[in-house]
Amino acid sequence: MATAKVRVATVWLDGCSGCHMSFLDIDHRLLDIADRIELVYSPLVDLKVFPPEVDVTLVEGAISSEDDLEKIKHVRARTKILVALGDCSVTGNVPSMRNPFEVKDVLARAYLDPDLTNPGVPSLVVPTLLPYVRPIHTAVKVDVFIPGCPPHADTIFYVVAELLEGRLPDLSAKTRFGA
Amino acid sequence: MRRVFTLKIDDRDVSGNEEQSVLDVARENNIFVPTLCHVDGLTAIGACRLCLVEVQGVAKLLPACTTMVREGMVIHTTSPRLAEYRKMIVEMLFTEGNHICSVCVTNGHCELQSLAVKLGVDHIRLPYLNPIREVDASHERYAFDFNRCILCTRCVRVCEEYEGAQTWGVMGRGIESEIISDLDQPWGDSKTCTSCGKCVQVCPTGALFLKGKSVTEMVKHREFLPYLATMRKVGKNGHG
Repeated sequence: MATAKVRVATVWLDGCSGCHMSFLDIDHRLLDIADRIELVYSPLVDLKVFPPEVDVTLVEGAISSEDDLEKIKHVRARTKILVALGDCSVTGNVPSMRNPFEVKDVLARAYLDPDLTNPGVPSLVVPTLLPYVRPIHTAVKVDVFIPGCPPHADTIFYVVAELLEGRLPDLSAKTRFGA
Repeated sequence: MRRVFTLKIDDRDVSGNEEQSVLDVARENNIFVPTLCHVDGLTAIGACRLCLVEVQGVAKLLPACTTMVREGMVIHTTSPRLAEYRKMIVEMLFTEGNHICSVCVTNGHCELQSLAVKLGVDHIRLPYLNPIREVDASHERYAFDFNRCILCTRCVRVCEEYEGAQTWGVMGRGIESEIISDLDQPWGDSKTCTSCGKCVQVCPTGALFLKGKSVTEMVKHREFLPYLATMRKVGKNGHG
């Protein structure tokens, strides 16, 4: 008898995609779980809309812009178990290193100070930056935290495997900030 | 003759002498008590509060490193209350500075980072303060990244107690406190610093490091301290 597949999504906010790379580093073990999950949304697949009733969502990256904030609230509302994947999502990490400075100074440093052919701060299309980069748990409820930069593929696999078994993973001593 | 006391730690009968702290006796008996400002060989100051323990008959929690053992003491080193306080202390240390482990010279060798793991801190529940702090790279061989300083004052103590240079000190109060060299001048301009590097080695985080070290490369070596501590004791007792 076929059981319903677990609906899994991954989301990429302000991060370097290293956590997604580490997720792919699960390698052949992904094949072992492939017939038990359905990847319903991810930067790795070509779906544009985050679907309703997702069982597990892994979130890479911090909340840095108004768009990130809107997205994470939308994702949370449609997800049963929300997993903060990696240090950016859990602590703010490298993106948060701009926090001691004002946004206008940070933008000027990137877009005006260097000797550019066409200096100018982008203002159209790109989302507005928030005053502070924040971990995702400051905006929505998080069910599982996976520190690490990036978390090891074995750690991510352990979390996914445990969640597939219907258990909340115990990550104590398995990873750390900066791992 | 030092007096010997018998006491209970976590329901175990243990003994210690009058010169030993609760922490000393706990460690002798392989009972884990988390510490951060403490390092063997330096004067205990009870500043970080991670080693707080419950002592029967005493209403407040006491730091194990500065509480001397007494006859008949009944001590508990673990409880839900202590676990929660310890977690909160580590979380507050993370919020107070700018500790970005992934890009730290001491990533993987940091006492704050490993304590977070040991105490089950997998995220920080308090808001980050994002302070503006400087990096003093004026010294020829070493640098001080104040973003990663937790004010344990190990550097201050080792400089005073072993090197006798008294280069490091603490300026300001409360959240404004900071470590300064000499009269708050760049480290490189210090007239008292002997460049011995003891402060770098005892620093528990990536705040003090050797120039030229990149992410994860700064491994601290503290072997010299127990050796010096022993030699000092021998000298004091006149057996040297």
